[in-house]
Amino acid sequence: MSLDAGICPNGHVSYPTHPRCPDCGESQEESVDLSEERAEVVTWTTSTATPPGVREPNTLAIVEFDISHLDLEDTFVRALGQVTTGDVATGDVVEPVYVDELRDPDVGLKSANPESTEWGGYRWDPV
Amino acid sequence: MGVAVIGASMTKFGQRDAWLQELLSQAGEECLDDAGVTPKAVEHLYVSNMASGEFEGQGGVMNALAHDLGVLPAYSERVDQTSSSGGAGIYEAWQSVASGASEMTLLVGGEKMTHKTTGQATDIIASITHPAEYKHGVTLPSFAGMTARHYLERFDAPRESLARVAVKNHRNGVDNPNAQFQKEITMEKALESPIIADPLRLYDFCPITDGSAAMLFTTEERAKEIADEFAVISGIGGATDTHVVHERDDPTTMGGVVESSQEAYEMAGLGPDDLDVVELHDMFTILEFLQLEGIGVAEQGTAWELAMDGTTQKDGDLPTNTSGGLKSKGHPLGASGVAQGVEIYEQLVGEAGPRQVEADTALACNVGGFGNCVITTIMEAGK
Repeated sequence: MSLDAGICPNGHVSYPTHPRCPDCGESQEESVDLSEERAEVVTWTTSTATPPGVREPNTLAIVEFDISHLDLEDTFVRALGQVTTGDVATGDVVEPVYVDELRDPDVGLKSANPESTEWGGYRWDPV
Repeated sequence: MGVAVIGASMTKFGQRDAWLQELLSQAGEECLDDAGVTPKAVEHLYVSNMASGEFEGQGGVMNALAHDLGVLPAYSERVDQTSSSGGAGIYEAWQSVASGASEMTLLVGGEKMTHKTTGQATDIIASITHPAEYKHGVTLPSFAGMTARHYLERFDAPRESLARVAVKNHRNGVDNPNAQFQKEITMEKALESPIIADPLRLYDFCPITDGSAAMLFTTEERAKEIADEFAVISGIGGATDTHVVHERDDPTTMGGVVESSQEAYEMAGLGPDDLDVVELHDMFTILEFLQLEGIGVAEQGTAWELAMDGTTQKDGDLPTNTSGGLKSKGHPLGASGVAQGVEIYEQLVGEAGPRQVEADTALACNVGGFGNCVITTIMEAGK
């Protein structure tokens, strides 16, 4: 398991990865695993009207990983994910924890072809 | 070649018994009648629709509508750009006439949604997100919640400013006979409604809606011959922003709005100060602020002040969403961008009835996804 962000030759970093860098169009030839890193909450919400197969309430946060130590053009990279608790605030420090199924693959629009999507991923756990 | 709009119509928006095909036909027929143009004169037909397959199990809606409206053998095409399918339809229709490919183009947008549960409809709309977002159960309302929190915290904007957008647009919708809600709401009601995506509440969100809207396009030259009143598309622009919402450089800047409006201003030779009335994509109240900033009417982080000081009210300096906006008029995905065009057309030709403001220049901004695709259209009264 890993939380991979893509890196292009010009040092632009994105999560998730893309075949080509969204900033400059170069191939993302390298990646960095963020699953052991800590991040800071940029913003969050608790959704109380969720689609079929999604936990309710569903607290989500956009977090920012400081990657300045990698000495690239980009100094941070952001990611979106569920939060392990409803008790979160902007500026909180979190660490990623892996969950096998973030939502029920057998319910909802993609239930006819659940293999089209990766259902496991990382939640943010306030430190 | 100058492109003119010579007719417009929309069905009643709301919970309708009719299915998509009937809604599209109704708007299309009324639009042709409004312009006094026969079906056989139509050379291109565009149908703006996001998800007839997912909602209704119906495909090929452009061909079906062409047959039902008697416009055969006109070229027909379905336009999907998610929530901005309607704006994209305006872009396609404009291109078809501007290029000389068609002298008479009919655009009809529509969506049938209310037969699904709110959860199912939310899931269909959320399916436009990146798989890395979708698997977390993200919805468009939750993007709005995260963005609104960031905006309020970063710019120290009062929560009340968002409620004022809802109250204003509900007030405007009272004067729109085709709006889903012709009902005023109070600040208290908006601020005490159930939380949907904290800090946003029920009245910060547009409803789920059935409905259709249509516009008829021809050359400016032909419009002068056959139309008593018409409007001209003086500028139009379209742009795409990141699919993954958190990858944007600035969480409160809608890049697609900035880029598409700059393109439209440049084509029209106009700027934000020239606008008399605007229709913005207020799928969520916060989006009205982000678009006012994106189209250059307000500096970043300050558009909330325009809601507080009355600038965007119908009697203010820049009436915004005189139709009631998506908030009270409703948001049948593929129809919404066309309905924005219908409103600014009616304002420019003096057919807006009790919603009428003094306007020679108008702008409509139609947003797909959470700013993923954006079309900005500037129209001026024809002379």
